[in-house]
Amino acid sequence: MAEQTVSAPGADERLLKTPLSRKLLNRPELGAVAGAVLVFFFFGIVAGDSGMFSLKGIVNFLEVSALLGILAIAVSLLMIGGEFDLSVGSMIGAAGVVIAIPAVQFGWPLWLCIVLAFGVAAAVGYANGMITVKTGLPSFIVTLAVLFILRGLTIGATRLITGRTQVSGIRDVARDDWLAAIFGGDAFTGLFAWMAEAGIIEKRMDGLPVVPGVPMSIVWFVILGTLATWLLLRTSFGNWIFACGGDKIAARNVGVPVTRVKVLLFIFTACAATLVATIQVLDAGSADTNRGLLKEFEAIIAAVIGGCLLTGGYGSAIGAMFGAIIFGTVQMGIFYTGVNTDWFKVFLGVMLLIAVLFNSYIRKKVTEAR
Amino acid sequence: MAGQPLAELRDASKFFGSVIALKDISMAVSAGEVMCLLGDNGAGKSTLIKILSGVHAPSAGHMLVEGREVRFKSPREALDAGIATVYQDLAMVPLMSITRNFFMGREPTRGSGVLSRLDTAFADRVAREEMHKIGIDVRDPTQAVGTLSGGERQCVAIARAVYFGAKVLILDEPTSALGVSQASMVLRYIAQARARGLGVIFITHNVHHAYPVADAFTLLNRGRSLGTFRKEEVSREEVLNMMAGGKELDQLTAELEEFSRADGASPQGT
Repeated sequence: MAEQTVSAPGADERLLKTPLSRKLLNRPELGAVAGAVLVFFFFGIVAGDSGMFSLKGIVNFLEVSALLGILAIAVSLLMIGGEFDLSVGSMIGAAGVVIAIPAVQFGWPLWLCIVLAFGVAAAVGYANGMITVKTGLPSFIVTLAVLFILRGLTIGATRLITGRTQVSGIRDVARDDWLAAIFGGDAFTGLFAWMAEAGIIEKRMDGLPVVPGVPMSIVWFVILGTLATWLLLRTSFGNWIFACGGDKIAARNVGVPVTRVKVLLFIFTACAATLVATIQVLDAGSADTNRGLLKEFEAIIAAVIGGCLLTGGYGSAIGAMFGAIIFGTVQMGIFYTGVNTDWFKVFLGVMLLIAVLFNSYIRKKVTEAR
Repeated sequence: MAGQPLAELRDASKFFGSVIALKDISMAVSAGEVMCLLGDNGAGKSTLIKILSGVHAPSAGHMLVEGREVRFKSPREALDAGIATVYQDLAMVPLMSITRNFFMGREPTRGSGVLSRLDTAFADRVAREEMHKIGIDVRDPTQAVGTLSGGERQCVAIARAVYFGAKVLILDEPTSALGVSQASMVLRYIAQARARGLGVIFITHNVHHAYPVADAFTLLNRGRSLGTFRKEEVSREEVLNMMAGGKELDQLTAELEEFSRADGASPQGT
């Protein structure tokens, strides 16, 4: 049989330059970015003079977005990997208590408590992952069970040890802790002080800037979002995440370590929840067993608005970030415009519905012959 | 065919509890040869593939790769020994790009440690070149595999196995879900792989797909081998007859004739 001679194809000369619109349509985060622009536009008009878009206002709604976004980024990776984690909300409550009780009641150094909380989170994530993968049960059910178990344990144990469901007094133990500094407080305080001096940003009466710095939650949000995006798009592990969610049998057949990938993703979501808990505990100075209620659904909503398919195998971390920003902006925007906040939930539901419809349309487009 | 077979089974048997799935199967495939494994449903084809691809170990008998006895503990080991299996529908993720599918599980990276990252430019180029070699013109290797036809997908899966150094290709029903032109695309590529010196084990129940590309046939029936035949020795009809389907088809023809005669006798019966 004569081998056909093959000229190595360089750039294909018949390849039309793909129109930019087409390229954009193939990005899962398109909807979320467009939605965020729309939301900014809307509140820019409606709430433009209410102080929402002053520096303080922006930091406020970004902080709300960031706390949800940290969760949403981890949840989006897990969803792309084909699983759900409904236990993240309970994990926030549990992690807060795991930090607060030893620190306040037993006098442990705070850094040790934080390390302990992340250890507990890794164990919970590992359990979630192993149960899901080994039994083949839907993660929806497994983590729903863990949601209740964790919340119950948190409330039960806290009441048993302290007699109450809140643990306060963290602020005193956090003051000189080296590890607490990277979770709580603000970053770039020097820069903000300088900008206030230079008159770039407003000053308060006492000469300090209106905003002392960038809250650490926003810093973590940006760092995690960048890392997650890099992981997804530029590493082997990222490819494995897509493969596991797309078709785990195909992935296994070509040698992707499906179990390891999924378990690591479950550990990541639990750790992200613990990160949120740590930031909140340090910020509020107390832990509450009811923290994180319904956060699991809000994170899934943000991830879906960000383009994640519920069936897995498709989505993006940047999308989840924008999903969270939409979420935070609207939540604070409704507050600034003076509309009753009850309407926020209506908006959420409608957004979710639109996002899901949009996603299923995009999915059809992606797998359609061009 | 001269020389040592690339892969060989000698008197291999497989039992699942008291069920005899395979009994004393012997078959071999040499370089540059297409060995067709034919059998009806339940003949034991899937079990045989699983033994060859390292999913199951044989309960009795031997497996040899290039003359050396082997005992695979996992599909990974079979893959490392150069035996690659392409499963019918279970090799591609439709939502992922051609490049990402092509390198799934074996991604090319640059840098090391935490800076280890995908070499996307290299991956895209290789994917396009390999697809070009088999006559499929992929303009954009970042397009989703879902945009390809069934035959093209099967070809991507085969091209991937060849690219990653397979010496023996096991193709599990590669044409059964495909239309005529799609199937011939895959068959053409099988012939091409043979020309490159690969040994191909082509599993199918479709004699019409098997006959044009095969060099030899091994027939399975109810877990036993009916023997291996060179293509020169048998005709298409003989092969068909030897499969369990042959007898059934004869019977079906006879029955149909019976019906038409009955219809002719009583035209009012609608």
